[in-house]
Amino acid sequence: MKKFLPWIIIGILVIGLYSWGKGFNNTAVRYEADAKTAWSNVESAYQRRADLIPNLVATVKGYAAHEKETLEGVIKARSEATKTTIDANNLTPETMAQFQQAQQGLSGALSRLLVTVERYPDLKADKSFLELQSQLEGTENRINVERNRYNQAVNKYDIHTTEFPGKLLAGLFGFEEMPRYKSDPGSENAPKVEF
Amino acid sequence: MQLSVFSKQYSKMKIISFTSILCFTLFSFNISVAQFEIPEKPSDSKQTFVYDYTKPKLLSKRDSTNLAIKLRKYSDTTSTQIVVAIISSTEGEEIKYLGAQWGEAWGIGQEKEDNGILILLAKDDRRIAINTGYGVEHLLTDAMSKRIIERDIIPFFKQNNYYGGLNRGTDAIFEVLTGEYKGTRKSNNDFPVGFFLIFILIFFVILISISKGRRGGGKGGRGGRSGGIDILDAIILSNMGRSSGSRWGSSGGSSGGGWSSGGGFGGGFGGGSFGGGGASGGW
Repeated sequence: MKKFLPWIIIGILVIGLYSWGKGFNNTAVRYEADAKTAWSNVESAYQRRADLIPNLVATVKGYAAHEKETLEGVIKARSEATKTTIDANNLTPETMAQFQQAQQGLSGALSRLLVTVERYPDLKADKSFLELQSQLEGTENRINVERNRYNQAVNKYDIHTTEFPGKLLAGLFGFEEMPRYKSDPGSENAPKVEF
Repeated sequence: MQLSVFSKQYSKMKIISFTSILCFTLFSFNISVAQFEIPEKPSDSKQTFVYDYTKPKLLSKRDSTNLAIKLRKYSDTTSTQIVVAIISSTEGEEIKYLGAQWGEAWGIGQEKEDNGILILLAKDDRRIAINTGYGVEHLLTDAMSKRIIERDIIPFFKQNNYYGGLNRGTDAIFEVLTGEYKGTRKSNNDFPVGFFLIFILIFFVILISISKGRRGGGKGGRGGRSGGIDILDAIILSNMGRSSGSRWGSSGGSSGGGWSSGGGFGGGFGGGSFGGGGASGGW
């Protein structure tokens, strides 16, 4: 009997370690998948905004064709922003910063456009412009909501993979920290679509 | 002596600077935390459709009961849950952002359909927001929500008639949503497509019959006229088909789950999800 005791202890240890590792791994995988889904929702909210822009530009053009520079700025920023997408498997602080910068460029161009709109009362009263404006407003809100959800999901994942005992396994299994969506510097000048 | 005065002064300064820092941190703490705390989700048995958190209540008891009954009826027939929440202030938070979080936290709407709508009214901010769940976004679009707020709700609010505005606003939402989410019969969603196909088919049949009539020659004029009548007939017929279809749908719905016929709000908020759609407006 005494001969087998160490083997039994080792066996229990192995089983214990295995179930611990398995539990940790599966939870981390689940959290990671949640965060990735949340990220794709963030991107689709941004895409929604990009999709609104051609219509917006066309409507504004009808009234303010000579605001060429501003309009072109928006179009350029839009193509820049739609070009920059992140594969959900490649979420690193660098790609995130890139993405944020591109979207911010679009935010800036949009807010410039909306400022120029102030000078055209006819445009401001235009029905399709009003609709676009409310859609844009709703989309900005969607972006905020989805961004917040993404950060919450990442937070859960990061806590799981960086808290003490888990951290050892996270390194072993290759779970890396996911980047959060930091609020834009100067986000207080995000396009203001209320008049 | 001098030194002690100095140290006294120094300590005074220290205290002042310390308190200012304390004030500052408290203040900034306040800013970062000064956000509206979403009330806890009411337990299933206490759930209703109108929540008035203002003191004194913005709506009279009768008005709020009336509104709640109307919304419950609507929820029972369509499964779309429209909830009205009245608060005094969002405490600095963007009302639409708060509304989306609130709707999500309470899980208004059915889980699979995400067909919840939260109307959030901040009395002292003089702002109102319609927040739509993911599943109703395509019907009650942002632009539509905005229109309802501007045209149906705010005119009443300007005259301090809050019940009138909410009553008319919810009616307008019903009108927008009519024809969707009839109970759990999901196949209804495909109905317009089928209808459209039939319409095209009828159109082609008419087209062929006209061209045949034309080819028949002789009574060209008459053939044309009879063709016209055919088209008119077809349109009338198809319109009848459509209106009777929707009439059938709504009557089916109301007989399916009348408010008084029990069932009621048993399930409670079903866990619908909100993605930030909707619109807000002030008065």
